[in-house]
Amino acid sequence: MNLTLKIWRQSGPDDKGGIHTYQVSGISQDMSFLEMLDVLNEQLNEKGEEPVAFDSDCREGICGMCSLMINGEAHGPEVTTTCQLHMRSFNDGDTITIEPWRAEPFPVIKDLVVDRSAFDRIIQSGGFVSANTGSAPEANSVPAPRDKAMRAFNVATCIGCGACVAACPNGSASLFVGAKITHLGELPQGQPERWTRVVDMVGQHDHEGFGGCTNIGECAAACPKEIPLDVISQLNKDLRTALANGH
Amino acid sequence: MAGSTLHDGLTPLNEPSVQKSDDAHGYYTLGENIVDPVAPTGPIADRWTTRKFENRLVNPANRRKLDVIIVGTGLAGGAAAATLGEAGYNVKSFCYQDSPRRAHSIAAQGGINAAKNYKEDGDSTFRLFYDTVKGGDYRSRESNVYRLAEVSANIIDQCVAQGVPFARDYGGLLDNRSFGGVQVSRTFYARGQTGQQLLIGAYQAMERQVAAGTVQSFTRHEMLELIVVDDGTGPRARGIIARDMVSGEIETHLADVVVLATGGYGNVFFLSTNAMGSNVTAAWRAHRKGAYMANPCYTQIHPTCIPVSGEHQSKLTLMSESLRNDGRIWVPKKKEDCDKDPRDIPEEDRDYYLERIYPSFGNLVPRDIASRQAKNMCDEGRGVGPMVGDFRRGVYLDFADAIKRLGKDAIEEKYDNLLDMYERITGENPYEVPMRIYPAVHYVMGGLWVDYHLQSNVPGLFVSGEANFSDHGANRLGASALMQGLADGYFVLPNTIREYLADGPFEKIDESHPAVVEAKQNVEDRVAKFLSINGTRSADSYHKELGNIMWEYCGMERTEEGLRKAIDLIRELKADFWSNLKVLGSADTLNQSLEKAGRVADFIELGELMCIDALNRRESCGGHFRGESQTEDGEALRHDDEFAYVAAWEWGGDSLEGGQPVLHKEDLIYTAIEMKQRSYK
Ligand SMILES: Cc1cc2nc3c(=O)[nH]c(=O)nc-3n(C[C@H](O)[C@H](O)[C@H](O)COP(=O)(O)OP(=O)(O)OC[C@H]3O[C@@H](n4cnc5c(N)ncnc54)[C@H](O)[C@@H]3O)c2cc1C
Ligand code: SF4
Ligand code: FES
Repeated sequence: MNLTLKIWRQSGPDDKGGIHTYQVSGISQDMSFLEMLDVLNEQLNEKGEEPVAFDSDCREGICGMCSLMINGEAHGPEVTTTCQLHMRSFNDGDTITIEPWRAEPFPVIKDLVVDRSAFDRIIQSGGFVSANTGSAPEANSVPAPRDKAMRAFNVATCIGCGACVAACPNGSASLFVGAKITHLGELPQGQPERWTRVVDMVGQHDHEGFGGCTNIGECAAACPKEIPLDVISQLNKDLRTALANGH
Repeated sequence: MAGSTLHDGLTPLNEPSVQKSDDAHGYYTLGENIVDPVAPTGPIADRWTTRKFENRLVNPANRRKLDVIIVGTGLAGGAAAATLGEAGYNVKSFCYQDSPRRAHSIAAQGGINAAKNYKEDGDSTFRLFYDTVKGGDYRSRESNVYRLAEVSANIIDQCVAQGVPFARDYGGLLDNRSFGGVQVSRTFYARGQTGQQLLIGAYQAMERQVAAGTVQSFTRHEMLELIVVDDGTGPRARGIIARDMVSGEIETHLADVVVLATGGYGNVFFLSTNAMGSNVTAAWRAHRKGAYMANPCYTQIHPTCIPVSGEHQSKLTLMSESLRNDGRIWVPKKKEDCDKDPRDIPEEDRDYYLERIYPSFGNLVPRDIASRQAKNMCDEGRGVGPMVGDFRRGVYLDFADAIKRLGKDAIEEKYDNLLDMYERITGENPYEVPMRIYPAVHYVMGGLWVDYHLQSNVPGLFVSGEANFSDHGANRLGASALMQGLADGYFVLPNTIREYLADGPFEKIDESHPAVVEAKQNVEDRVAKFLSINGTRSADSYHKELGNIMWEYCGMERTEEGLRKAIDLIRELKADFWSNLKVLGSADTLNQSLEKAGRVADFIELGELMCIDALNRRESCGGHFRGESQTEDGEALRHDDEFAYVAAWEWGGDSLEGGQPVLHKEDLIYTAIEMKQRSYK
């Protein structure tokens, strides 16, 4: 395959940045999208041009490190991560536009790499169960209903990639926060801190500059882990209960 | 010595080995034998309890004054940071990713072992201990392994308390499965994402401590040097030099103690199931500063991975071992059938080779055996799938029988996410066409040498998780790496590091100390060097070439001739790297080519040591198969009389300048388990 790539290049946080156009050839259908970018980078290196910076680590869809807006869609056209997107989803001769996540709380560091540390700070504000090492009771002493445990697991699969934010016209991280609230809220171990957790996490979310949720649903459509929109209803419900009870 | 009693009244069951062969003659120097200076004594089941009691405590008021650096935020590092933060120490945590939650532990699929015996199927601490020592082909220390089995049950309690959503049965209690051919059900799991869920538990616990102010988190920071200072009481690890990967700044971080939890070095093979950034740099820098590297040649090659599809492949993807429970592995009997549609090959023309060679274990033989037989089939020219180089590198893993027997729905429910991932990567539907699999590098049992306290031979440098030479001997059982990472991080290290810290705080040093200045200068010089060579080849191209050499000569089968050749090739590659590398961009911004160059430089030196270690060990054990040491029917042959020891290598200088590594042997003596040859026929 031969492709035309229009890629956002930005030398650092303070640079204005802009789109550059590159041709790449010799791409096979079996390559992943990021392997295609590896090929481009090898070619750029040969020509003496600095390779394009982009994030990735596991390259199997689980670490949440990779990102990229591909033709305007977070993680590209399929319901998966960019690292698991393969070139068979594209055609010979295509032009592909590649940009970083765009959201105020995710500033660009360089080219396609952004700073997502705001997500860590949201977790710090309350996304945990306070259980010091060594203080745990026997694991089976507190059974957890299977359906609730399954729901907790399903939403705990969030990889913290930030696609939901990038896809949302308001730049809201409600899907990410809702996933954590639901994960811990469905389990008996998460109950003692349930109400302070939601208040604190939402407070930090707003403080970081993420936008409010207006129920557009682009987040869930872009989410590679198919976190369902109903975690946001859960988030709002828990928040209302918490506030009503003076937390 | 066997038969007589040790000083603690126990009877050793084996003699120390005496090496007769010397294949690596000329490549190394023989140093003095070593022992674990803090090895516990007494009955095996009491050793850890006694030690926890004996190790000194640190007064809570003093803990705040003690600085602990932990490099790595995987299960081993994240769990340790959380626990030491809770205890009140002043922790600084480092990782190269943009968040601690992305450490490579996140990718583990299958599960975590624990001797809970919830199924009343006869499991016990002793059985888990026994299975682990045997599975490791009797090349691990029995005290360490026993402790691992002992704390395994606490891990599950801790994780559940944190909200890790393990699989549960209809009564709401925890479910288990059996894994990797063991006969009891002791593997706890969270669908195919166990590592992710465990790591998120550790990450959340650690972030809680960040909020509490006991842990400071440095993300996108790469450790590039260990600082060792002699304050008059002998050399001690006192800090690290790290590069802020965003600003490019070279920073100095000082502390009372340094913990490396930096994971494994499987990426020395270029293609592996490890994350792209997994590296040996932290461990290798420590090695160059005096820390011994133990059993570097012990690598685990996992039998069920998606085969290489072409030249540009950047990594390999694991397909969980659990698939072997229902899938049948075969290749065509006739070479000319290899490019046919497998569905057109009649039953009588298929060779279900594992079932044929190992009738009692069949498709469930241990990882090393399944891997080597797949390679044998492909070497015979009976591999399937596309040609990569001159070979087809793949064998079939076929679900047709299982689908017939159990129905498609049942298979879907068990393996859906894996089979989906397979289809996404290969574009083939495994419900219709047999899957193609091939072995890939997955894990390393080798790593920095540590004593029973997880302290290396450099005082004040502790090593945990996959980065240490670990409790797995020459081969690791499935679902035991997660167990070890969390055992080290939550329960072992916090109870051993206090014995060291009880002597602290150590004398304050500052950035102007000559040893600190020198360490920083070395890093700056090295960075400048990479940027100034200005040759023609990318770091990536060197990495690929190194990977090819390692895979060819130090992979699933190793021979004397091949290893010698590999050492020559690696030395040539190293010389070329330092004269012909090309790294563009600058040092003062994010520069991924520069990061890569540093990692590849260290992988090249590690690769050479792995080959020397493999050359010296003229026996087949666990993941290390030496062509010269096999039975008549091609099975691995161990030589306990010669090699029942840990090979701990000391850095002896750059080989291009005539340096040679120094080999120190630590004898392995068993008192609780008798050594036997493994047999799976
Ligand atoms: C695909 C796959 C599946 C697996 N499945 C299982 C399984 O089912 N069960 C099981 O028991 N085991 C499994 N394993 C093995 C297991 O996942 C690992 O051995 C284990 O997670 C390693 O944990 P760790 O904490 O030692 O290191 P890692 O999780 O690798 O963490 C290393 C940390 O060190 C940091 N780091 C490294 N170098 C530097 C540096 N120079 N500077 C700063 N930071 C650095 C990284 O940022 C990271 O935070 C699997 C492995 C793979 C590859
Ligand atoms: S909710 Fe989905 S899109 Fe958002 S961070 Fe989690 S996995 Fe990514
Ligand atoms: S690189 Fe890990 S999810 Fe894409």
